[in-house]
Amino acid sequence: MRAEVVRSMFRAAGLLAGFAVFGGLLVAITWESTEERIAENERAFLLRSLADVLPEGAYDNAVHEDFVTVTDAALLGTAAPVTVYRARLRNRPVGVVMTPVAPAGYSGPIRLLVGILADGTVSGVRVVAHRETPGLGDKIEVERDDWILRFAGRSLGQPPRERWAVRRDDGAFDQFTGATITARAVVSAVRDALIYFEANRDALFAAPTGAAALPSPSSAGEGTE
Amino acid sequence: MSVPVAEVVKTGLWTNNAGLVQLLGLCPLLAVSTSFINGLGLGIATTLVLLASNVTVSLIREFVRPEIRIPVFVMVIASFVTAVELAMNAWFHELFRVLGIFIPLIVTNCAIIGRAEAFASRQPPPLAALDGLAMGIGFTGVLVTLGGLRELIGQGTLFADAHMMFGEGARAIELQILDGGFLLALLPPGAFIGLGLMVAAKNLIDAGLQRGRTPAPAISAKAAGEPA
Repeated sequence: MRAEVVRSMFRAAGLLAGFAVFGGLLVAITWESTEERIAENERAFLLRSLADVLPEGAYDNAVHEDFVTVTDAALLGTAAPVTVYRARLRNRPVGVVMTPVAPAGYSGPIRLLVGILADGTVSGVRVVAHRETPGLGDKIEVERDDWILRFAGRSLGQPPRERWAVRRDDGAFDQFTGATITARAVVSAVRDALIYFEANRDALFAAPTGAAALPSPSSAGEGTE
Repeated sequence: MSVPVAEVVKTGLWTNNAGLVQLLGLCPLLAVSTSFINGLGLGIATTLVLLASNVTVSLIREFVRPEIRIPVFVMVIASFVTAVELAMNAWFHELFRVLGIFIPLIVTNCAIIGRAEAFASRQPPPLAALDGLAMGIGFTGVLVTLGGLRELIGQGTLFADAHMMFGEGARAIELQILDGGFLLALLPPGAFIGLGLMVAAKNLIDAGLQRGRTPAPAISAKAAGEPA
């Protein structure tokens, strides 16, 4: 009787192990045959996103391979390292694409791409990920509204720093009806990215590719509210 | 015991519809049905997994011992879901980005393990495959109907983002029907209200069919029995 129980336990265990191997194989084979394509998709997506916020033809390097990571919770909206991609033309700095987070979105953080030219002018802003209310806050997506395009050409002097806010807060940027918080979060995050860039420009361009964390967390920490 | 083919199809598509009758897989159903295309994407992925898991479970039904059948089913389903997730990431990358977390969550869709346990583990592979297909299409039908309704009412469009699935040529079928929309439909309450209305509509139709089929004398007899 006992031996019978033990035998049936082992048989069950063997069957389970067999199916584990079968499942593992299935996943492994699929992964093997899709891995390259997925990596290619990710790369293409990143390249397309970066190209969206940089002026076309103004740079000649592989932006997605030329990056550093920096950490500044106050200005970049997250304690995690933030990637900064660098665009260059014949090895001279053209601009950067920063990937800061707007922490104060209506339903959580909003991830952004902020393209900034070497002279501190915004070349473009896009939203990468957000959970704002559909129909209200999602107007920050470029597919739904052209609001996000209005950052291009702005800089810390244009409008003056204290007017980098939505109209409700006496700023220079429109908000959307019903989603002031969303617009406010994005405007502040772009402004803070500009402040960070202004304070760290030379270090950002000088650091070797792939380097983590520039030494000085920014000093101009007057940004987020 | 033989189960007629037509019965299996009808059960999956209508009488025992996963979304409207069994009310299984509500989490992805409610969360993803914000547009027709989102619903279609998740529906196809779910159908593929259902089909594959049903066939596999049916093939192994003879030698999987009852005491370990549930872990085996879970392993089979999880493997297929991961495979489908990878394939979608590779071939429908944009759609994959939109559906995101809900693809891996197909694992937790009770409709799949429910069919494995209730049907596939007792029937031969061809019938199990048919059941998976019918159940999947039934579920997809609910997803696209609810998605289409919420999209139309919520933002006034239909088939928006079709290009993510069918390529650039499909932009032609992306319709703007109403100007603006009624936001509630896109929010979570809209999903619940919409699904409730669909369940009610199905019950109404069923009741109508029932009445049509009931022989008339039953009513007239009752009427005749009443005092004038």
